[in-house]
Amino acid sequence: MSANFVALAYLLASVLVILALKGLSSPASARRGNLYGMLGMGIAIVVTLQLSSVQNYVWIFVALGMGAAIGGSVARKIPMTHMPQLVAFMHSLVGLAAVLIAVSALYDPASYGISTHDGALAMASRIELFLGTFIGAITFTASLVAFAKLQGLVSGQPVVFAGQHLLNLLLGIIMIVSGIIFCVDQSWLAFLVMLGIALLLGVLLIIPIGGADMPVIVSMLNSYSGWAAAGIGFTLMNHMLIVAGALVGSSGAILSYIMCKAMNRSLFNVLLGGFGAEVGSSSNNAAQVDRPYKSGAAADAGFLLANARSVVIVPGYGLAVARAQHALKEMVESLMAKGVTVKFAIHPVAGRMPGHMNVLLAEADIPYDIVFEMDEINSEFADTDVALIIGANDVTNPAAKTDPSSPIYGMPILEVNRAQHVLVIKRSMAVGYAGLDNDLFYMDKTMMIFADAKKACEEIIQALD
Amino acid sequence: MSEAVLNVSSAATQLVEMSHQVESVDPFVSAFMVFVLAIFVGYHVVWNVTPALHTPLMSVTNAISSIIIVGAILASGPVEMSLATILGLVAVMLAAINIFGGFMLTQRMLAMFKKR
Repeated sequence: MSANFVALAYLLASVLVILALKGLSSPASARRGNLYGMLGMGIAIVVTLQLSSVQNYVWIFVALGMGAAIGGSVARKIPMTHMPQLVAFMHSLVGLAAVLIAVSALYDPASYGISTHDGALAMASRIELFLGTFIGAITFTASLVAFAKLQGLVSGQPVVFAGQHLLNLLLGIIMIVSGIIFCVDQSWLAFLVMLGIALLLGVLLIIPIGGADMPVIVSMLNSYSGWAAAGIGFTLMNHMLIVAGALVGSSGAILSYIMCKAMNRSLFNVLLGGFGAEVGSSSNNAAQVDRPYKSGAAADAGFLLANARSVVIVPGYGLAVARAQHALKEMVESLMAKGVTVKFAIHPVAGRMPGHMNVLLAEADIPYDIVFEMDEINSEFADTDVALIIGANDVTNPAAKTDPSSPIYGMPILEVNRAQHVLVIKRSMAVGYAGLDNDLFYMDKTMMIFADAKKACEEIIQALD
Repeated sequence: MSEAVLNVSSAATQLVEMSHQVESVDPFVSAFMVFVLAIFVGYHVVWNVTPALHTPLMSVTNAISSIIIVGAILASGPVEMSLATILGLVAVMLAAINIFGGFMLTQRMLAMFKKR
């Protein structure tokens, strides 16, 4: 096959990959889009396999088969609640693969056809190799730390120490200097120093960031994994890699932006870290002040819900922790059978990654056309009889709108306080991730139901019958 | 006289050569153009993704960025085994985990989204 044909096949594959992303604009078109993505990826792999420089078929197919078996079995079995850590883990694989390819390219540039006649690499290739390697290495270790935090292998608490940012800056400078030395004389030592520091930096950059900020970090690493692929694409001068990498890079960047905006924080502020730690310690005092609140039993909640015309349910990650999705679904069904209009309201940072709560609800067979985003539903709360909050806290805190001294002031919230009645299912009065007391819990129209989310839903179902 | 003609003609050849150099774009520049345009395409396509599907978006982009399998296959191409091919083969396996895992996971999630 001619080089032109190969390039055109890669072009076709790139277009199919773009269509895969375009399909995600609605659930109806998304499945077809995903098939386009598979087709595009298949074309890219087949075209690469038939290149004349690729001869090692047996081993390549062994590696492909092993990857397919592992990836397939993980994809079939993983519980949806574990999606964030799985995605983080997969990012780390992209990063590691990028590093391995870069080392391999440096070891034997000829097989990529990027060596000059004396067997060395051109300056441009060295720069690209440097960029691809350090982005890949940071993605690899940073994603592993994110994975460990999300999986609970290490504490989700931010790890902060004096001089942390200075140390990172210093390491960053050493890394760049050794990268430049590598670009000048293609020295293995400089390359390995650069690689080692990049791996270390990946760990150091993520440890100060607390569990609550992980949605931003996972999105950011998604972006990095794309840039790493694009970097390798530049090294190999392969347009398909560059296109796919750039698509993923911008996708992850947009998701990080959306997440930051939903928390009213700048990306810089998230990256500096330590958020959960500081605020958590200062607000313990605030929580100790006794304020009156109303609490009731699940049966009271059932009565209120059964007599409502419209109910909006605000689910948070606490719902998934209590594995209450299916009980909730049954509750919604019996409410709908009584003629109550039920809708769901999702805050962008509900769950542990962008869109996580939507997937958890979809898994419980809750139809997606009664699930609404914050901007779509906020205007409806004023006409809502009952807002039912399950396992969510900070995203409903009216202080974000009214109290300029609150650490979350300015964060967009679900305006549940405008509903006629507010029901909150929560295990205790404990503070949420931001470590803040929630004024909503002390309002006259609010009734607290202290229970495990799953048990509360089951008891409400009984009360409804 | 003839020397002058020769000089002129060699200058002309040089000019032609230079103009060829100006006309042919460095591969890096064309790759960079592709890169920037792809970022713009990504930007516009991804803003149109419905927030409800942001998790499938991440799992599918995981599969897509594993397109570096193309580089991994090139690295493991030569028949005689060396450090380069072994690293390449490991990278093929890692990227394949992501490609198969990513697409299947996306398919599994998308199958859950049902209308009333």
